[in-house]
Amino acid sequence: MEPRTIVLPGDVLAVGRDVVPGSIYVERVGDRLIATIPGLVVVDEKNGKKTVSIIPLEGAYIPKPGDIVIGLVKDIGITHWEVDIASPYKGILTVQEVLDKPFNPATDSLKKYLDVGDYIVAKVLAFDRARDPLLTLKGEGLGRVSEGAIVEIKPSRVARVIGKKGSMINMIMRETGCDILVGQNGRILVRCPNRELEEIAILSIKKIEAEAHTTGLTERVRALIREERTRRGV
Amino acid sequence: MGGAGEKPQLIHWEERGGEKVAVRHDGRLPWDLRPIRMEVGVLSNADGSALVEYGGTRVVAAVYGPREAVPRHIALPDRAVLRCRYHMAPFSTSERKTPAPTRREVELSKVIREALEAVVLTELFPRTTIDVYMEVLQSDGGTRTAAVTAASLALADAGIAMRDLVAGVAVGKVDGVLVLDIDEIEDNYAEADMPVALAPSLDRVLLLQLNGVLTSSEFAKALEMARKGAEEIYRLQKEALRRKYVEAVPEQG
Amino acid sequence: MSLTPSFQPVMPKLKRHTMETLLARGVRLDGRRLDEIRPVEIVPGYVERAEGSALVRLGGTVVLAGVKTDIVAPFPDTPNEGVLVVHAEFVPLASPSFEPGPPDENAIELARVIDRSLREIKAVALDKLVLEPGRHVWRIHVDIYVLNHDGNLFDASALAAMAALLSTRLPAAVKDEQQDRYRVDRSRFTTVLPINHRVVTVTVAKISNRLLVDPTYEEEQVADTRLVVAVSGDGRVAGMQKTGMGYLDYEEVLRAVDLALARSKAYFDALARYVDPYREELERKLAEHAEEPEEEAAAPAEQPPRREEPEEPVAPEPAAEEEPRPEEGPEE
Repeated sequence: MEPRTIVLPGDVLAVGRDVVPGSIYVERVGDRLIATIPGLVVVDEKNGKKTVSIIPLEGAYIPKPGDIVIGLVKDIGITHWEVDIASPYKGILTVQEVLDKPFNPATDSLKKYLDVGDYIVAKVLAFDRARDPLLTLKGEGLGRVSEGAIVEIKPSRVARVIGKKGSMINMIMRETGCDILVGQNGRILVRCPNRELEEIAILSIKKIEAEAHTTGLTERVRALIREERTRRGV
Repeated sequence: MGGAGEKPQLIHWEERGGEKVAVRHDGRLPWDLRPIRMEVGVLSNADGSALVEYGGTRVVAAVYGPREAVPRHIALPDRAVLRCRYHMAPFSTSERKTPAPTRREVELSKVIREALEAVVLTELFPRTTIDVYMEVLQSDGGTRTAAVTAASLALADAGIAMRDLVAGVAVGKVDGVLVLDIDEIEDNYAEADMPVALAPSLDRVLLLQLNGVLTSSEFAKALEMARKGAEEIYRLQKEALRRKYVEAVPEQG
Repeated sequence: MSLTPSFQPVMPKLKRHTMETLLARGVRLDGRRLDEIRPVEIVPGYVERAEGSALVRLGGTVVLAGVKTDIVAPFPDTPNEGVLVVHAEFVPLASPSFEPGPPDENAIELARVIDRSLREIKAVALDKLVLEPGRHVWRIHVDIYVLNHDGNLFDASALAAMAALLSTRLPAAVKDEQQDRYRVDRSRFTTVLPINHRVVTVTVAKISNRLLVDPTYEEEQVADTRLVVAVSGDGRVAGMQKTGMGYLDYEEVLRAVDLALARSKAYFDALARYVDPYREELERKLAEHAEEPEEEAAAPAEQPPRREEPEEPVAPEPAAEEEPRPEEGPEE
């Protein structure tokens, strides 16, 4: 199986016991390893064993502890907020993970700090499949979003937008002069000097989303940004 | 089975290449599928969607999920709940069909769900629901098989992990001849009608119903016919999924 | 909408392990072989007031089927045939897993599978149930009532339905010339219901790659899936339904069908043993009565035959009576 080939559910990736699944999207059935999701094949070696995994091209965002996500506050409880993190699982943000001081529900109100409709940049503290993921705003760069535009892409395309060691996203930021924060859940915060550059940044992100499975993408995106800048005179 | 008035002749025999060949009312040979069209990602709101046509039968399937289980109490702690709805639009049949769910739709929703349960890796998404909606827009026989085929494409489109795609096709016995992918007229007068859905790569039977009478050896032949038909449909499904990615690239850099 | 069932009774791991160990040795928890059917008992004519009825005990499973008749207009595309309707109720008293309410997808599926098995083989001679072609025909209602669920509701229900039909006698049909309709006079009976073929179903369950016949409730809980095979008296496959989540390997399907054909004998033997004498006795008594002078029977006025809309919707309230179009015209 050629690396980086697109595979589909039911495709046989490998036969025999000397290759092992390297991701949850590769299933062993008898002596065959089968792809279970549309994605790109990656062959690797781990501890002397050949592994085959899949980078999914589709699929919902499943939170992992340590992920940075951009959430949308959906509901307010007595001592916590419910946050939509573009996932089948909703995020829980307790007041202790937001405030440094003690919170008294009798005299204080959560609404003062975060309201329904606010975007937040948060970190996933904990997630086990039995309970909803816990979030925190305590940390560098985390907090309520007060300015900028939010772009939503498929979470499976996030890795491509970031690029190897951030190469893609750094290139976009350099070429557009924008500050861009990519949430693992497919939500991206774009802050630009002006409206035109913001549009260009969003265009380039959308292009990566659409062509995530191809090669030579970095160059095409760079070319797009430069063309657009020239065309718009920014 | 059985319609009003004269029964049309659904099979006639022709000499072809020195052999007697059964020709169906629409010119097909017993092993021929109808013209099949498949397209993935046809609805922008759904997480995954597909449109499938088997000749005059047209079905659209949409998948929403995995998503939060609503109402909460239906959720299962260790896996996703599959929720399937097979439904026929009132204008899909020649006489208007009531929009309210009928006993037939209840039964078909169940057997289709059970077919999908056998391949979807529901353990990856505990406490969520995966909603699969299938709407028959035009009915000309084989609607449940087209529906499960479309549902499987929609699930793949949505990135929901499955052990294999599900390919469905119906075999019938018409005027004594076993035929593949029966249409409505054939179904109306058939001595037997057997919808089957398989996971072709795994050679597993996920949906199997027989309405009619067959001898045990006819049944074995019919099942083999269904298996071959499903393999062809499976090939078309994979093509349809791949097309989604090929079309996305304007020109390679 | 069909949902993954949330009522999942838990089988203790120890018990499941025991079950699988025994299966490996060709034996089940209750001592049966894999291809053995539980003891069958059929009581025909259990409900005297009904035109036909039968109580079936299959191991611990108990199902009662009743047959009632009335007179209606035939369906437009079958003017020379009577009407057959099959319904099933999973009554709450039969199992902790049954909830009150209109038939759920399981009851609907069961009724439809049995309906198709009876219909396709033409078990009941519907063409002999015509009073006036195109205008007045007999309608045969088969109602299946599950009274105790210990597995294999399909086979017990199909057997009960077949036995009930075999034990059915048709009431007299009295024509009211003025109103141009018939009323049913249940104080007199004319003939037994004409039957062309007998049909039963045999359920094969798959557990850990083994095929077993006639699963108990517990066995159904752990089964990967089941295949219900309808078998006619002349050894043909008269219907089939794979039911339950899970899959069968291609080869397993063929083996299961062979198994079902072979084991159907147990059910046909039960019909012969319990129902044949009853039906023969019935035929004898009806023949005797036919020779007696007819009495003036004062029967209550019958409702005019209600012609229901084909494919009545499944109503949330139990009230709506559905008239399923036999095989609903365009099946697909």
